[in-house]
Amino acid sequence: MTEPPDLVVVGAGPAGMAAAATALAGGLRVALLDSGTALGGQYWRHPPEHARAALPTDDLHHGLDRYRALCEALAAHRTAGRLDLRLGHHAWSAVREGDGFAVHAVDRREAPRESAVVLRAPRLLVATGAYDRQLPFPGWDLPGVLTAGGMQALLKGGGVAAGSRVVLGGTGPFLLPVAAGLAARGVEVVAVCEAASPRAWLRHPGPLLRNPGKWAEGAGYAATLVRHRVPVSPRTAIVAAEGGERVTSVRIASLAADGSPRPGTERRVEVDAVGVGWGFAPQLDLLAPLGCSVTDSADGNAVVAVDGGQRTTVPGLYTAGETCGVGGAALAVNEGRLAAASVLADSRATLVPATKPLAALRSAVARQRAFARAMALAHPIPPAWSSWLTDETVVCRCEEVTAGSIRAACADGAHDHRQIKQLTRAGMGWCQGRMCGPAVHCLTARRRAYEPAERLVATPVTLGALADLDEGPPASAASADSSETDKECP
Amino acid sequence: MSEIVVDGEPLPFVEGQTVAAALVATGRVAWRTTRVGHRPRGVFCGIGVCFDCLVTVDGARGQRACLVPARPGMTVTTGEGDDD
Repeated sequence: MTEPPDLVVVGAGPAGMAAAATALAGGLRVALLDSGTALGGQYWRHPPEHARAALPTDDLHHGLDRYRALCEALAAHRTAGRLDLRLGHHAWSAVREGDGFAVHAVDRREAPRESAVVLRAPRLLVATGAYDRQLPFPGWDLPGVLTAGGMQALLKGGGVAAGSRVVLGGTGPFLLPVAAGLAARGVEVVAVCEAASPRAWLRHPGPLLRNPGKWAEGAGYAATLVRHRVPVSPRTAIVAAEGGERVTSVRIASLAADGSPRPGTERRVEVDAVGVGWGFAPQLDLLAPLGCSVTDSADGNAVVAVDGGQRTTVPGLYTAGETCGVGGAALAVNEGRLAAASVLADSRATLVPATKPLAALRSAVARQRAFARAMALAHPIPPAWSSWLTDETVVCRCEEVTAGSIRAACADGAHDHRQIKQLTRAGMGWCQGRMCGPAVHCLTARRRAYEPAERLVATPVTLGALADLDEGPPASAASADSSETDKECP
Repeated sequence: MSEIVVDGEPLPFVEGQTVAAALVATGRVAWRTTRVGHRPRGVFCGIGVCFDCLVTVDGARGQRACLVPARPGMTVTTGEGDDD
């Protein structure tokens, strides 16, 4: 693609793929970038195109028909020279530039070698998704304890199981596909510890009845888990992990209504790997510095505020998917289409996109958001989860700040995660609070929605790569190496 | 099957796997220690968010093993942070 794009889309998961496909169908030129080696994001995470015969993982997926249709649409536009697809590109900053935006990225297709790239367009759509939300517990930093998403990523992207005898814990429907995927690969899933009670769903019958597809998906996982004899235990949690060089056992307890362990219910289970996840934390790194307003979502997260067409409060900036509320892939696809329809309308594009009528799209999004809200209310973070922590429990994995230090800082008057960071260094390490931020927030200010710290650099970038950019050709010529990109063409 | 070289030893991998996936496939879940408590660490988030899985790749320090695709002949050194 030689002409500059009309739209840059960051993130090629369900939302970003759908947004790019819709915008392209409407006649726009699009640059789509993603840090992954294949299209699909975390939900449709795949090995790179050239490796799929050696690493077959299609059986671990849902909704692959939609994925393939989006891949085909994008491939056709790429061949036609309208789509500039940049896989292996990590966006580290997005800034206002004149009437448009400049997205700064590093090309890491030949990692560890990296080179800086700038993509400019009058409009920007951020679809950077979310990552597993974590709550610390004693032993959670032992090797072999992974996020549930990390376990699934190894399985879907690399065909690798992190252990042979696994227990999963946390809350939310996401634990089920992870358990089903592991079981399908011969892993003994000893228990799925779901902190919530299934009865909580019965308080929200409306959204359940209006989203039959979600039930069908749930029933599919349930059938797989029954077939592999995987027990799912409601109102239970992994309250500690034990081991030396790696995890060897966990302690599981039944939970009272407030999330505190019921005395006398604790049992030890031997495992060689553990997967945990407490819902998701939206990835707002590119959006927050641009100054868009946020709003409270029902799951404890601050998310980007959008209008009925996925426009943020910053003109020309759109977002879709988990960044504006965690709700799953089907909702993300519809939000992506809706966002692209707004981009087309705001760009006064002449072509009509080949998508559902807008009214039907809006109604589907409203229905799916209602389901997401019911899900958030049915799977809360247990209020008394911090009773599992000992003073020695590491909370910030990077700086090794303990629960005792954080409690002491709270006693000294710290009242949010930013002040805890100043007083204890929690959140100052490599991950910049991405792992401990939600937990530290819950320990200090859980009544407010968690708003992540503003990070001006979303992924580390070397000064060498930036220096080369200053002396190098203009960004539009940076796609001269498209022959390499072609290898990853969907 | 191709090989990378980890701490001087050949490690087989399947084309398409990351360095972290190749390590985990052989049963390794830890390959460095933390600076303060010298706690063992390896892959945790698996998607580039947590920075627990740092390794040195072809001489470049601070690489997230879960993000770097393994390539034949790539040299990986573990133990990042042990000497800091």
